[in-house]
Amino acid sequence: MAGQSDPHLSLFSSAEVEFLAEDETVEIVPNMKMDALNFLCGDYGPFYPQITTEVPLWLAVALKKRGKCTIRPPQWMSVEKLTQVLEAERDSPREFQPLPFHYVEISRLLFDQCQFLFIDNSARDDIPDMYMVRSLIEDIRNVRFHKVETGLETISARTHAVKLKNLSAMEVNIVRPFVVRTLQAFYKHDSPQMIQHPDRMANRQPQVADRGPRRDLRRR
Amino acid sequence: MAHGSEEGLGFSSEDYDSLIATTDVELLKRTWRNEKASPEILQFQASLVQRSREQIQLMEDTMEEFAKNGTDPLTVSLYQMDLDRALFLLRSYLRTRLQKIEKYFIHISKSELWNRLSEQEQKFAKKCTDYMEKHLQKSVLSHLPYGYQSILRQSISSEEDDMVPEPQLDTFVFCKSKGSVGAFQLDDSGDEIVDLVADDLYVLRYKSIKALIESEQIDLV
Repeated sequence: MAGQSDPHLSLFSSAEVEFLAEDETVEIVPNMKMDALNFLCGDYGPFYPQITTEVPLWLAVALKKRGKCTIRPPQWMSVEKLTQVLEAERDSPREFQPLPFHYVEISRLLFDQCQFLFIDNSARDDIPDMYMVRSLIEDIRNVRFHKVETGLETISARTHAVKLKNLSAMEVNIVRPFVVRTLQAFYKHDSPQMIQHPDRMANRQPQVADRGPRRDLRRR
Repeated sequence: MAHGSEEGLGFSSEDYDSLIATTDVELLKRTWRNEKASPEILQFQASLVQRSREQIQLMEDTMEEFAKNGTDPLTVSLYQMDLDRALFLLRSYLRTRLQKIEKYFIHISKSELWNRLSEQEQKFAKKCTDYMEKHLQKSVLSHLPYGYQSILRQSISSEEDDMVPEPQLDTFVFCKSKGSVGAFQLDDSGDEIVDLVADDLYVLRYKSIKALIESEQIDLV
């Protein structure tokens, strides 16, 4: 976001957020036989042709890339469900609809796969109506982000905590620097220690033209 | 990992699930996330790091076996990916801590944060302090007039060590609580009380939730 002068405030790079998302599970349909995999992060398989099984996203993508499986799009990634979500997002200007925490990353990773294999037509079955789903998700992202921006405008000095129900990981990461700096600035300037000896200050200030709304500098 | 919804086991099903289903990699992931998002250094998870190291070592030995007995390259590359992911978490965790130590070594050496470091980290911090002190003495402080030569204070007349950079505990962090946390006081004046609902995302002042993070009721995001 604009005005982000301190890169350290974003804490997690997008790649790291994607890394976290890659552990979400997804269903695949293998086209080969393979023994069980006993990973550090868990046990998966064994894999039989045409038998659906659940694996982490990173594993699914790896197998897909090597042509060893097809990925079944998660339930929430259908044209119907997403259209519902989009309408609900548009209808409720202050609430966010429940979506998987990593919906942005998951959909991105799956689309990358399908596009890559689109050339040989075998992947077209993976996500039916791929383009429709893709554009729906983009619209949802836009509507949600617009909501976030509007919501940010309502942060005022009295804000000690913000509740962001149903916000997703990528959205959190994008607004993090701005929200943190804003809340910190408000907290600092609102701290009672900043307001000392209001009478002395009032007497010392010569009358100047009104520089706009001044909050709480002169306590009565 | 999966969250069961069965009742009647005497203790919460989520505890049970997390007892049996949480791998060390999952724990490491959570620890890594908290450490990255927190402004100050957290308690070193010695046993978790030790176990992860052992498991990674075992896996590396297994990979050597694979190379020897000619397992198919697909399986090998998949195991390698899993290993790389775990290694990344461990390394990034240790690196993040080292970065914090480098930034705040004086503050850490002089406060109870010292106990949060592992033995090796303490050695590292000590070395940092020694080198930094020597370097600053030699290049700058010895050339300053008497009364201004301290590494800790601006001048002898300072009442406290005001030259020591401290982590910003007032910063705001994004967090999610694992279970509901009832009426919870946000700041010292007792003005703001907040109810935290499970799984909802909040942005709160780090200082207010420090204790909850230590008792593992809240996770940073």
